Amino acid sequence: MSVRPNARPMGHKPPFWRDRAKRALIFQVLVIAAVAAFLLYIVGNTQQNLASRGITTGFGFLDNTAGFGIVQSLIDYSSQSTYGRTFFVGLLNTLLVGGLGVLAATLIGFIVGIARLSPNWLIAKLAAAYIETFRNIPLLLQIFFWYFAVLRTLPGARDSLSFGEVFFLNVRGLYLPEPLFESGFGLIPLAFGVAIAASIALIVWNKRRHEATGKRLPAYWLSFALILGLPLLVLVASGVPITWDVPELRGFNFRGGVTVIPEFLALWLALSIYTASFIAEIVRSGIQAISHGQTEAAQALSLPRNLILRLVVIPQAMRVIIPPLTSQYLNLIKNSSLATAIGYPDLVSVFAGTTLNQTGQAIEVIAMTMAVYLSISLTVSMFMNWFNARVALVER
Amino acid sequence: MNNVHRSNRVTGVLAAALLLPGLALASTLETVKERGALRCGVNAAQPGFSALDDEDTYQGLDTDICRAVAAAALGEGARVDFVPLDSVERFAALQSGEVDVLSRTTTWTSTRDTTLGLHFVGVSYFDGQAFMVASDLGVQSAKELDGAAVCTQSGTTSELNLSDYFRLNGMSFDPVVFDAPEQSIVGFEEGRCDVLSTDASQLYAQRVQLADPDMAVVLPEIISKEPLGPAVRQGDDQWFNIVKWSLYALLNAEELGVTQANVDDMLDDDSPDVMRLLGRDGDYGEGMGLAADWAYQIVKQVGNYAEVFERSVGAGSPFNIGRGLNALWRDGGLHYAPPIR
Repeated sequence: MSVRPNARPMGHKPPFWRDRAKRALIFQVLVIAAVAAFLLYIVGNTQQNLASRGITTGFGFLDNTAGFGIVQSLIDYSSQSTYGRTFFVGLLNTLLVGGLGVLAATLIGFIVGIARLSPNWLIAKLAAAYIETFRNIPLLLQIFFWYFAVLRTLPGARDSLSFGEVFFLNVRGLYLPEPLFESGFGLIPLAFGVAIAASIALIVWNKRRHEATGKRLPAYWLSFALILGLPLLVLVASGVPITWDVPELRGFNFRGGVTVIPEFLALWLALSIYTASFIAEIVRSGIQAISHGQTEAAQALSLPRNLILRLVVIPQAMRVIIPPLTSQYLNLIKNSSLATAIGYPDLVSVFAGTTLNQTGQAIEVIAMTMAVYLSISLTVSMFMNWFNARVALVER
Repeated sequence: MNNVHRSNRVTGVLAAALLLPGLALASTLETVKERGALRCGVNAAQPGFSALDDEDTYQGLDTDICRAVAAAALGEGARVDFVPLDSVERFAALQSGEVDVLSRTTTWTSTRDTTLGLHFVGVSYFDGQAFMVASDLGVQSAKELDGAAVCTQSGTTSELNLSDYFRLNGMSFDPVVFDAPEQSIVGFEEGRCDVLSTDASQLYAQRVQLADPDMAVVLPEIISKEPLGPAVRQGDDQWFNIVKWSLYALLNAEELGVTQANVDDMLDDDSPDVMRLLGRDGDYGEGMGLAADWAYQIVKQVGNYAEVFERSVGAGSPFNIGRGLNALWRDGGLHYAPPIR
């Protein structure tokens, strides 16, 4: 008689290496320990190597005086500021061109993308030509093109193009008057805030009313008028408490007012136009991904054309558009580091350029710079994932 | 483009620092001999100091220093691999061992000497920062530059000097910082800036390169001390000595009147200093692990300092820069080499 061994005597656990769950846990712990040990080794080894080669390490240099000038700074900066401050100046300049670049690229991209689907032959072909031209030329060349093309066509400081003796444009940049706020100006941001709150309330109320009664107001136009109108009204009522600091030619150049440097304009144009060509294709693919039956069904309900786009096509197209759009935003921000080629003082040019060279602390500076780009990218990516989750198709 | 180069090199030094297990550095001289060539970090395009000639060979004062070191170490001045570096990547390239010598119009400063793991071996050219302005501005002195836009190059000592000078004189300026000299010249020519500022020697060279050199003048003020010299890695004293004495051999040869043309005749000279320099009396290469005729090879293949200077930046070149501070001490300059004995 053959006795089949009982699989598991009662009350007797198998050894832990036979338990799949525990085994998996053990392996994972081992892998994490190995990775951690490797990282520790790398860091320790780096420090030892740097020390034995007589190379200074550490972040103490951030408190030293930088001693060099930066042409564009959104925060207070002078050559007597610290290296730590140059980091923030560079970071803000990167964010400025990145943020405005994302806005402009999205705007141009959507317009061109929709134009490419236009039934008008000329508009569609123009959009196609735009896309094929700009996405097939390397970005660095486009930056050089805008920079040197813009520089070559602009006049010198003494023959500036003047717009009503208030705005001036020359090879050194665009000079705008700067508003100086007097006391009493605080009411205007307040009015702005009130208008925004009222608009949100209006939109919510309008939506409920629409769902309940089927009636509705043009709420978006109303809130637009409210947000624009209320602050203006307050401005006029309070006697316009603003004076303008108008730029004025003195010595070599204009003093006073706000200056937009040509490096910024060139970089911003190049980044926006280049990235917009990719966004346009993404928008087109998103719209074309919606089956034509959807449009026909909406037409059968006799919805007008603009409502078909707004209520049926675009919301569904957004699901296709947003994930690749996120990648384009990330690309644009990372591409802004090409600024250093034309001397726009972004993070790479100021911090990973001049500061690195003056202090020689390559590892610290490059690590900080990489951490910044990683954080910006992860933040944008998180936001876009959240937005995507909101508009994504809810499957039941 | 430049950025790609730079990030590669910076990544190189990071990788080297991260991954080399401990310090397993062979002596640089051994490495160079084994390779059969000296790797020398130079400017990519700095006429007078290091630039490609019509035959695609690097020529200039900095490159001749490299040739002198190769002549001493390998007996053959032509065995140099020139590695063009930009001003940001140059130190990383030396630290990581990508080049054996950095001879790239590099200013000797305390920070660079003490915190970067480098040693400057001496001064090959005494320079100073100056300003070039468009002639039609009618500016006579740097003191009149209040409010000017100034083009300069990133990663150099120039940015610091500029800020100091303008601040001390109570003037303001807008720095426009490019990462390559070619672009700062274009910026200047296109009128993006009123002033181009860098070391005087480079300004004279860049002025000659302008489409119309007469459109620009170099102002008389020199606003800084810029002692330019070759640098080596710390931790190899033998190599440090070789590069240092190669430079001194050039200067001593000039002082003793030994030239590329007469060096073979001078072998029979009975002046004790010349006999020591050329290895006829005693063996002054031994302490550096070199052959006794190391200095003879330098003069024979490269020439003495005066010859190098005149053909690179002086009367024999388009730049026609006077010796000035770069004359020997006995002629009123600053070059004073310790004796070989």
